[in-house]
Amino acid sequence: MGVGGSRLEHARHPLWVRAAHWIGAAAFLGLAVSGVAILLALPKLFWGETGANDAPAWVSLPLPVNLEQTGWGRNLHFLSAWAFVIAGGLYLAAAALGGRLYRRLWPDRDQVRPAHLAGEVRDHLSLGGDPRAAYAPRYNALQKLAYLAVLLVLAPTMLLSGLTMAPGVTAAFPELFTLFGGRQSARTVHFLTGCGLVLFLAVHLWQVLANGPRALMRAMILGRPERRDRR
Amino acid sequence: MSDVTRRGLLVGATGLAAAGLGGCDLVADGPGRGGLYGASDWLTFHVQRWLLRHQPLVREFGPEAISAVFPTINTVDPDDPAYRRSKAAGFSDWRLPVTGLVARPMAFSLADLKAMPARTQITLHACEQGWSAIGQWTGVPLSQVLLAAGLKPEARFLVIRTVDGWWDTYDLFDALHPQTILAYGMNGGDLPVKHGAPVRLRVERQLGYKSLKYLASIEAVDRVDGIGQGRGSMVGELGFSWYAGI
Repeated sequence: MGVGGSRLEHARHPLWVRAAHWIGAAAFLGLAVSGVAILLALPKLFWGETGANDAPAWVSLPLPVNLEQTGWGRNLHFLSAWAFVIAGGLYLAAAALGGRLYRRLWPDRDQVRPAHLAGEVRDHLSLGGDPRAAYAPRYNALQKLAYLAVLLVLAPTMLLSGLTMAPGVTAAFPELFTLFGGRQSARTVHFLTGCGLVLFLAVHLWQVLANGPRALMRAMILGRPERRDRR
Repeated sequence: MSDVTRRGLLVGATGLAAAGLGGCDLVADGPGRGGLYGASDWLTFHVQRWLLRHQPLVREFGPEAISAVFPTINTVDPDDPAYRRSKAAGFSDWRLPVTGLVARPMAFSLADLKAMPARTQITLHACEQGWSAIGQWTGVPLSQVLLAAGLKPEARFLVIRTVDGWWDTYDLFDALHPQTILAYGMNGGDLPVKHGAPVRLRVERQLGYKSLKYLASIEAVDRVDGIGQGRGSMVGELGFSWYAGI
């Protein structure tokens, strides 16, 4: 991976990772905003196959009903979804095949010992942060687990539950209905998983701001955290 | 699986079991729009048409699954003098003209349609607003109507118009699908007025907005870009995708 074998190696992000990160970030923003716009046509959640205004809901969300936001909402949602799926799919394939997923995101053995994890939880809750985090030799275990949860659990669940709401897709793969327990269940799972991703984003932004945001941002934009990238 | 084919329709004599052309031969490039949303539509349309290339049927349920309440949106009782008269007469004077690129332009009465081979299906209706309901639909496959009228080889799309001024277009991939029916019955009875009486369309592999209510006419055409704003449907002109498989 790249040149130089210093401890800074870890802090460097190759172009394809940075591109996937920012395309994914922009697409996620589009998906979240348009997702809420679509939700406003029926801000209620149901389990099973069917659900409607006149049917008993599992949850009625405290959101205003608005039927006029569906058109642009759907357009932006599916455009963003394509960007998210294409960039995310290429990233995952490259990260898995190139070994990056295992080398950089899989927790090391010493990181998953209970005492170590407890120490990490304490560090995170102290809110102090580490201004040199961008230069850390490796991601911490909670960070790794959060990234893996997004990449391997939340994002795939989001995609599959979304596709379960697509009649053209379920005509080809009715198994999706079985997987989620019905169209409305998939819709509810889609919403809850989306909330999980928004929660991840909030924590992610908090961690960036708390741990030397300038170096972290430089690393994710320019590829390396130090100011001078080459002498 | 592909028991309805273009050749079957065109030849007619061998009926709908004629093989030869697969589903993909029925895919015409749908009406598009420019820009990024057009690219997104294009991807969705072509990926889904590939996934559906063997023309699978959507799930069908047993009668116990039928929803107690089936929501209605948009028009629930067309405010049209001719429609009101027709409704008062039990739709005995209602006619469905099938024109355009057909060998035998004709107008079907409700009795004509009911005399044709019928299909009953209990399916999940999904609205773009987010709700879904299960209903039982009885009607004549659209392919049977096109067979009777003799669809010409150059026909690629159907323009379907409704009493309340809606219109949409369909390529033959969807029009000839076995579950695409002109429904005159719902949940064992006549199709209620609020659900599109006397006849509505069912296009089961797309969202509810493609299943038009209150059918007024069917026209076979070779292209749709000259109709209206060229977006292929009324909802297309309101900013929605022509293809609603997602």
